Amino acid sequence: MAAKILPSDRTGVSYETKRSFLNLLRKHKAIYLISLPGILYFIIFKYIPLLGSVMAFQNYNIFKGISGSPWVGLEHFQRMFAYDEFLRILKNTLLIGLYDLVFAFPFPILLALLLNEMRIAIYKRIVQTVIYMPHFLSWVIIGGIAVGILSPTTGLVNHVLGMFGIESIYFLGEEKYIRGILVGAGIWKDSGWGTIVYLAALAGINPDLYEAAVIDGANRWRQTWSITLPSILPTITILFLLHIGNFLDFGFERVYVFLNGLNAANGDILDTYIYRVGLLERQYSYTTAVGLFKSVVGLLLIVLGNTLSKKATGESLY
Amino acid sequence: MITTAGERSFRFVNYVLMAAFACMMIFPLLHVLAQSLSSNLAINAGRVTLWPVDFTWSNYAVILKDASVWRAFKVSVFITIFGTLLNLVATASLAYPLSRPEYAGRKYVLLMILVTLIFHAPLIPNYLLIKNLHLLDTVWALMFPAMISAFNLFVMRSFFMNIPAELIDCGRMDGCSELRIVWSVVLPLSKPAMATMGLFYAVSHWNAYSNALFFINDRTLYPLQVRLREIVISDYFGSSNSFDVAGTMSPEGVKMAIIAVSSLPIMMIYPFLQRHFIQGMMVGSIKS
Repeated sequence: MAAKILPSDRTGVSYETKRSFLNLLRKHKAIYLISLPGILYFIIFKYIPLLGSVMAFQNYNIFKGISGSPWVGLEHFQRMFAYDEFLRILKNTLLIGLYDLVFAFPFPILLALLLNEMRIAIYKRIVQTVIYMPHFLSWVIIGGIAVGILSPTTGLVNHVLGMFGIESIYFLGEEKYIRGILVGAGIWKDSGWGTIVYLAALAGINPDLYEAAVIDGANRWRQTWSITLPSILPTITILFLLHIGNFLDFGFERVYVFLNGLNAANGDILDTYIYRVGLLERQYSYTTAVGLFKSVVGLLLIVLGNTLSKKATGESLY
Repeated sequence: MITTAGERSFRFVNYVLMAAFACMMIFPLLHVLAQSLSSNLAINAGRVTLWPVDFTWSNYAVILKDASVWRAFKVSVFITIFGTLLNLVATASLAYPLSRPEYAGRKYVLLMILVTLIFHAPLIPNYLLIKNLHLLDTVWALMFPAMISAFNLFVMRSFFMNIPAELIDCGRMDGCSELRIVWSVVLPLSKPAMATMGLFYAVSHWNAYSNALFFINDRTLYPLQVRLREIVISDYFGSSNSFDVAGTMSPEGVKMAIIAVSSLPIMMIYPFLQRHFIQGMMVGSIKS
């Protein structure tokens, strides 16, 4: 059958019509068959749970399933906003997300700009190899390392503080430090890795622009401000939009490994709350409502950010 | 280009700054390594910073003698190897059809996948799905839910799209079946892509923690990361499935030794594969 395919079959423009679709299906049934398991995966593991989210509007009963459980409308969502505990955790999530946006997001940009100025190739490569490395460690390992170096008795940080005559601080045991530690650990793990995309964007800038700027008498700062930054602005915008979309989705593992009874008041976020109340205390419907709230807010933020950015800079995700 | 004094001093400061930053990355790791090789006496006296004091392998001996650590290590190795194979087969077999113009309706399939990238279902419906499929407390619960990463799928698809259509047509003219074309034309040409994706997947399997926490109650099926957390960090939420009193009492040196053991496989392969990782990242970012 394959031998009968003419080159003209590949250039046909009427793919959209029904007849040619059936023709294609018959002629190339192998590639449709190959794709089936993958499509089934997305339907079963992504779409069925999405449909299952309707249990947020029910009083889900594990024995009756979704079809047999009574509907309660928005009751769980109302309960959410009536709980002091939920409001505290929402505040934590928003604050940690905000700190992350303000401190962690610009860090790779700055780092990439500085790396880009390095002229000794081997030095640059060594620095890059080292700063990409933490990205490959798991959050559990990073949590373990943090517990080790922040330990009040044996940790590296308190050693250094001790040299300056500062008394040992139990960093993970006081709630006022936990948000900073969470954001700082994120910077440590991923800021080096984050530079890759920016470095690629920087490498794509036309060198003629800089030569022209030098002839016009622009100094280094001026060049950075007028050429480099505008050139990587599209990349910055796209990554910013993606970051915004994950604003409430700070990551379960990242926070869970740092939490303990002493710092949870400020460190507990929606993801850890959903695990604790949903899975351990089995409040299935209520925490599904919390999770749905989180997903919907994330979607709204992406749409909003995209619209604003399209108007302001002309850059957008879609 | 003319270098002014200001520029030279900027460059000097820049080099120092980057060196300091690199040290910030590497010192915590050295500290862990140093403590794992030091006696607990020296550690508790606060004498260990970046270099082992009273050098000893005894912390590693404790770890290597612990049967539960070995078991967890084996579970992690198993999941990393078989999970990654499953990932590659599943991802390639969906990415390849989606890269071919003959695949009518690929626009809709791609859209369906894209939606899952932006909008995820909450934890509980996912948990109930795994439960209803009877995957709780099986290693499959650690492999199936993460079978295809939408991001990796898009990256691999863009690799496949760069394969000249003429090569595939040639294969068809020669009477090859579609599978034969994939096997003898497409895959050999996409070795770098497969290596990159395989590494991304392998790292994510090795580091996976939350799925095991959610879906595994049977202690004999714990992967290394879960056992590691038990030993290193006392469990605030105190759930019956991950609380371990003996673990929280482990001496500092032993904790650091298991951290080193858990990160070693990745630390060893990473420098050799850095170039591939970066290529993969760039292709992904350009296409998305």
